[in-house]
Parts: sequence; C-alpha cells; structure tokens
Amino acid sequence: MNEAAKLNPKLFDPEVEQVPTRNGYGEGVVVLGEKNPDVVVLTGDLSESTRANMFEEKFPERFIECGVAEQNMMGIAAGLALSGKIPFVSSYAVFVPGRCWDQLRVSVCYSKANVKVAGAHAGISVGPDGATHQALEDVATVRVLPNIVVVVPCDSIETRKVTIAAGEHVGPFYFRYTREKTPVITTEETPFKIGKAEIFREGEDVTIVACGPLVYQALVAAEELEKEGVKAEVINNHTIKPIDKLTLASSAKKTGAVVTVEEHQINGGLGGAVAEVLAENYPVPMERIGMPDTFGESGEPNQLLEKYGMSVKKIKEAVKTVMKRKM
Amino acid sequence: MIEIGKPHEHIEHAHIDVLEKIADDVRQDIIKMLVEAGSGHSAGPLGMADVFTALYFSVLNHNPKNPKWEERDRVTLSNGHIAPVWYVTLAHAGYFPREEIYTLRKINSRLQGHPHVGTTPGVENTGGPLGQGLSQAIGMALAARMDKKRYWTYCLMSDGEHDEGQIWEAVLFAGKEKLGNLTGIIDRNNIQIDGFTEDIMPLEPLKEKYEAFGWHVQEVDGHNIQAIIDACSEAKAIFNKPSLIIAHTIPGKGVDFMEFDFTWHGKPPKPDEAKIALKELRTLKGKIISEHE
Repeated sequence: MNEAAKLNPKLFDPEVEQVPTRNGYGEGVVVLGEKNPDVVVLTGDLSESTRANMFEEKFPERFIECGVAEQNMMGIAAGLALSGKIPFVSSYAVFVPGRCWDQLRVSVCYSKANVKVAGAHAGISVGPDGATHQALEDVATVRVLPNIVVVVPCDSIETRKVTIAAGEHVGPFYFRYTREKTPVITTEETPFKIGKAEIFREGEDVTIVACGPLVYQALVAAEELEKEGVKAEVINNHTIKPIDKLTLASSAKKTGAVVTVEEHQINGGLGGAVAEVLAENYPVPMERIGMPDTFGESGEPNQLLEKYGMSVKKIKEAVKTVMKRKM
Repeated sequence: MIEIGKPHEHIEHAHIDVLEKIADDVRQDIIKMLVEAGSGHSAGPLGMADVFTALYFSVLNHNPKNPKWEERDRVTLSNGHIAPVWYVTLAHAGYFPREEIYTLRKINSRLQGHPHVGTTPGVENTGGPLGQGLSQAIGMALAARMDKKRYWTYCLMSDGEHDEGQIWEAVLFAGKEKLGNLTGIIDRNNIQIDGFTEDIMPLEPLKEKYEAFGWHVQEVDGHNIQAIIDACSEAKAIFNKPSLIIAHTIPGKGVDFMEFDFTWHGKPPKPDEAKIALKELRTLKGKIISEHE
C-alpha cells in the first residue's frame, strides 16, 4: 500500500466499516451550510433517500422542494446561481442529469452557472429497483459538456470531501454517489484534491485505475494478485474531468499495462476518459471493466456486480489478459 | 451600412409619444440588423418591440452603465430566438453601442444568434431551447426573496413554447411558492414554426390555465405601450401571487407584408423587402397603437 495515501488500516479486515456514500453527501452539505449562507439545497421529492434531508432539517429556509420536476429544478438552480446562490441539486443520477440534460447543458454549463449537481443512487448497486433506476450513463453524458467538473468519490468520507470541494469550487460541478453500504477506504487524512488522482497502492507490473466504491474491489484484487507475484498499482481516479493526465500517463509508463474499473457503461465513462489520455500521451495495452454495453436488471448488488463482470475475479482476469498483451 | 443615430438615454416617466417613437426606431433597427445578418427571426422581434420599449424605457429599475448593479430588475428571455428585439432595445437603452447590432450572428460577436448570459451586457439568461427561461426567472425571484432584495424579475415567453412541459412545471412551482416578485409576459401572437398555435397544440383557455395554477392574469394589447406599463404596475401591486401578462401581439407588427404571416417566423427580410419595410415604419412614426383586433 502507499503509506502516503493514509488509507483505513482495517481496510482488508472482514469486519471493515461499511457506510453508504450518500451519508457523506448529507454531512458535506450541512458543513457547507454552516460555513456559507449562500448554500441552498434543492430536491425533486427525494429528500430523505438522497440525504438532502440532513440539510433540510438544519436549514429549512434554504431548502427548496421542487416536486417531481427535474427540468424545472435544474433551471431554478441556474437562476439561483446567477443571483449569487450556491445551489446543490439533489436527486437520483438517473434523473439528474438523466431527465434534464438539456437544462444542464444550456441553463447551467453554457451559462457557467455555479450549480452543483449531486446524482444519488448511481451505478448498478442500487440493485432491486432494476435497470430503470441504475444510472450507468451519467458520467459519459456529463463529461462531454464544457465548463463542468465530474467527480466519482469512492467512499462516504471522500463523498463528504467532494461535496465540500464542490461548494468551494466556482462553476458547474457534477458528482455521483451510491445508496448501498460500501467499505470505508479512506481516512480524514487521505489527500483529496479535485483533478488529482491518488495512488492508493504502488506497483510495477500493471495499473488498475478505478473510481467510486469499486476502488475497494480493485484494492482487493491487487492484494490477491500480489500473492500470485503480480505487483499492481491502484489509482483512485475520482475526478473524471478535468482528468489527471500526468499521474495516469506516468503510471502507464511505469507499468506498461492498464485496467480501468467503474460502475458505469464500459463506453464513455472512466475507461473512455483514460483511453483518451493514454492514446494521446502514452499508449499501452488496456482492458476496461464496467457495464458491458447492456442494461441491468433487479438483483442484490453483489449478484449484479458478479453477473455483469465488475467483480474482484473479473478484475484479476482483466489484469492477466492485459499483461499478456504487454510487449 | 445604414447610418445610426445616438442611443436613447433612459427616460423616466417618458411621454407615450416618445416611447412610441423609440419602439419605431427599435423596429427599424431590427430590420436593418436582420438584413445584415442574413438569417434570424423577423416576426417575433417586431411583434415584441412595444413590450421591450415599455420595459426598458419606463417599467424597469436598471442602470445600463452598470449592468451588474445588484438591485437591478431582472429580465429573462425564454424564447431566445427573438434576441434581435432584446439586443436592439439594450443598444438603444445604452448597454452597448448601436453600431454593434450589425455584428448579430457573426463570428467573434457579442450578439449571438440566441442570447448568452455573460457575453452581452444586459442579457441575464441563456435561452434558445424553449421552455427554460421561466425556471431561471423563478430562481432569481427566489434568491431575491431569500435575500430580502426588492428587485423584480420579469420573464418574457412565447406562446408556442407553452408546448414544453418544463414551462408547466415552472408555472406550478411559482404558484406553490406564491412568488409575488415575479411577472411573466407571454407574447401571444398565435404563431409558431409549423403554423398557428391553436392548430399545432391548442393552448386556450390560457388565462384560465394560469389562474388555476395560482397566478394573477391580465390580458393587454401588446402594442399599446400605456396598457403594457399599466399592467406591469398592477402586477407589482399583487404581492401574494406570481403575475402573468398575456400580451396580444401581431407577429411582424409594423410591416404590412409580414403581419399575421407565420412564414416570417424564422427568416430575415431580403434587402429589397427591407427597403419597403423601413419606408413603411418611417411613415408610421410609431403610430401603431391600439390597432390590434
């Protein structure tokens, strides 16, 4: 492990603490609300499940219930931002940006309105709700928009840090977080900076670039590979845009092979972004782990990750495949 | 290029005759800028010249020399394609030089084909894809209420864009919030790109729809400047509801061959057509009030 990353010392303990990343969002907006009276939170009838309710309870006068109307909510957020407010738009990632991409494009990004979009229940791990509610395209559809930052935090602590960083950043900002309890990977001391990928584990043979709670699976895969004699570097690439070209290209140069891991469609997300960086800066063999260009279905999170190829086992297989392709 | 006069200064309590003359100048400049641009919308901008004149030369509390003044009234334009009338009015009010109208839709211009906040002095919102302006205006009005500021927010909309679901989401929300510091103005000219609104997607009874959503609604002749000013005053007196003014306008108003013709929605006049239009407008000298039937 990379000591400088100051990760949770009990990370590989079977009893590792598990917390939903959404809690980090609720805590983060409350911290921001206390610091800055211009922070306001909007939701589209999903206050409790997005954890916007933590802000609502403390600052009811700065909480705006928009009902089930995401297009209007995004537009209101733009108007608030153009009037000096720092609005956080809270809904499920399938709805924001899913139901209001044009409003995000025109009213927010083109206007450089200082709007923060928090997409909850992201990824396939939302589980039993099924494919309609599994946001697997949001990173791709948002990262093509100019002027916006896109971040996928890996655990509840990092989600809190991202939320606070979003409030302090001036300009449009999208981040996605999840519903299920997932391992707490980082600590308060773990470095976090928008646009800076962090090397969580150092290695020489292959680089695993991951984002979101699957960073845990990537680290577990790396531990298991170590026993087989493969030294894998694991990078937590939380910021998809602007992406950390230097860290990615340097690691690719060092290891000569890259595997990307994300809970998102295999096209256009983290894997796509990393492929763009490497193709232009330091091309090496690459494999992508993600949703294999298909819709999901109902099931338990772990069953779904297994069935659709986002498990520890699949990461290890991808590592072996990519290493065979090395020159 | 046609000679340009001096900008009009902001006129407090201007006599209606003066405002009518300004509206006529605005119409002439719209024709001139569209000919120069070679593309753009004619009917909507001409139809709204009186409303824009009433706002910028009588109703609004604003300062063209300081477009970001915090206490200024906010104007958002939801149907961004009528940008020419906004740009010309802003230029006449002194937000930027009148010569600049000839840069409309050209490379490196501050006058984009559809309005963009941050690019053009006085433009408060980005608009073009229909239905997005009212939501943004609501955000501005909510911010004013939270900050106990006294500025007023106006949102100009087209009738055709009421086909968009987002408009009705916003109408519902403003009613719920009883946004008394918000005034919507609909350019009720009855046309949209493919034909008459009541053929494409009937909107009537529009007044009753808004009232059912909790709005105070007035209907005015959109070419009677005094009536527009009076309606804006009444809207300000209604403090517990958002207000709507349905401005009945004639698309292409002031240019005989454009009036009532939906084919003029999305095209500019050719140079020879512009000559006829300008001659007509000069002859009218703004005497086009209250002829709306």
